Amino acid sequence: MALDKATVARIATLARIRVGEDELEPLAAELSGILDWVEQLMAVDTENVPPMTSVAEMTLPMRDDVVTDGNDRDAVLGNAPRTARGFFAVPKVVE
Amino acid sequence: MALNQLTDLTIAAARDGLRAKKFSARELAVAHNGAVQKIRPLNAFITTTPELALEMAAASDTRLAQGGALPLDGIPLAIKDLFCTKGVLTTAGSHILDGFTPPYESTVTEKLWNAGAVMLGKTNLDEFAMGSSTTTSYYGPAENPWRRPGDNRPLVAGGSSGGSAAAVAAHAALAATGTDTGGSIRQPASFCGIVGLKPTYGRCSRWGVVAFASSLDHPGPMTRTVRDAAIMLGAMAGHDPRDSTSAPVAVPDYEAALTGDIRGLRIGIPKEYRIDGMAGEIESLWQSGIGWLRDAGAEPVEISLPTTKYALPAYYVIAPAEASSNLARYDGVKFGLRVDGDSLDDMYQKTRAAGFGAEVRRRVLIGTYVLSAGYYDAYYLKAQRVRTLIARDFAAAFERCDCILTPTAPSAAFAIGEKADDPVAMYLNDVFTVPADLAGLPAISVPAGLSEGLPLGLQIIGRAFDEEMVLRVGQVLEGAAQFAHRPSFIAIDT
Repeated sequence: MALDKATVARIATLARIRVGEDELEPLAAELSGILDWVEQLMAVDTENVPPMTSVAEMTLPMRDDVVTDGNDRDAVLGNAPRTARGFFAVPKVVE
Repeated sequence: MALNQLTDLTIAAARDGLRAKKFSARELAVAHNGAVQKIRPLNAFITTTPELALEMAAASDTRLAQGGALPLDGIPLAIKDLFCTKGVLTTAGSHILDGFTPPYESTVTEKLWNAGAVMLGKTNLDEFAMGSSTTTSYYGPAENPWRRPGDNRPLVAGGSSGGSAAAVAAHAALAATGTDTGGSIRQPASFCGIVGLKPTYGRCSRWGVVAFASSLDHPGPMTRTVRDAAIMLGAMAGHDPRDSTSAPVAVPDYEAALTGDIRGLRIGIPKEYRIDGMAGEIESLWQSGIGWLRDAGAEPVEISLPTTKYALPAYYVIAPAEASSNLARYDGVKFGLRVDGDSLDDMYQKTRAAGFGAEVRRRVLIGTYVLSAGYYDAYYLKAQRVRTLIARDFAAAFERCDCILTPTAPSAAFAIGEKADDPVAMYLNDVFTVPADLAGLPAISVPAGLSEGLPLGLQIIGRAFDEEMVLRVGQVLEGAAQFAHRPSFIAIDT
């Protein structure tokens, strides 16, 4: 499966990674190489085989819907590159 | 005791020596702090914590003096820099986690500290554990303490737990933690001539381990002997309500499983693991392994794992898919690197472009693609169906055998920079290790021989939650192989 430049640009946008125009071509070739190799999976007969959803054969446990943690604002914000008045600070999103 | 005698100990011997008051935890910590400094040229550590080591050792000495010693009291360990350590820089080998100092401790490291172990520092790894050579680290490659005789080129330590493997092999730590997603404990263990154990999925909690591919990430021990792996696993394992996939099952006494008796066990030899282009020395080492286990009273039986050849391509759909989702959290807002932008989106895109290295970017893009509308069924669901077949292969094989013997890796360590421009060639390193990750099964790599002067491991794969079998057979293999070779670079040599 060969990816073209436009597809690489689209998935880079979906993944929120800025990719320079000059990088699109080599990246398309590289990713196509990997996908070509992955393509061999199509040779496996998986008719009536369910996709694996859990590697361990166990039911996910439930717990009571109660507060178990919290009141750690300063610890939560402690690693943030920018904070303001006890919140994470980001570029303006609402005009 | 001389410094080199302290750094040559096993965990078991150090434990006995500490209890017999032959030396103190402080002496052990001082010797290892020195050893960590000596191996700086290997770039095995990203962060060292010598003062913390002395503090923890002092607490161990107090307990030892009072006769209330904990299972790992005074044992100096290196921690892969993927485990969050409270108040100690945790990087995952990535630029994007610049300056991240976790306000909490991972469950596995907390268990180790609660068992009395002493932290020497955080070890180098492939960025976000994505790689098989520890060359994708933002902090530069880790180097293998072994060199090919007559060849001075630095070799890779394997990956992604390459810093941990190098530190243990060069005697700068008695043992280390690793994580294994596609082979990241076992392959570097094989390359550096040490023991690496990937437990069953769910055996060791993933809580506080920086996530790569959540359904495939397995924390585990890296040690110099199988007994040490048993001791360390006992301290790391156990149910953790904070990890919903952590198994609520009791942790057995792994050391007690090392009976040395494997008489009557059926050892599966998968015919599909004889791959084209595999070095003759690996094939012959595998044959030696079969012979050693037969001599010990086990019965080799040929088995078939027909879906094996599709394990790697399935892995390279599933792991990047999970990674692309897990790594969405690195957005320049909550922790780590931020590159300013004109808008929120611009800030996200610039931050992630600057913060992720080439291999991580490649995998996030592949993952995004295989999960995107129109391709999800063809790639992601297809790969998960193949994964079901791989797990079924193992289930069928275990009807006929008690454990499986294979080589750990298709080659010995290669030079730093080799295979760097061909991602698929690099991926092939994990051909023998990936299937056990996809099926969540316990597997150990034990050093078994040399190829052109470099170590090679053999792998034992067991049934889910039967680490005891894997350890027992692994120890018999270790005893028969008599692997006493030492790397060319040892931290404190005689």
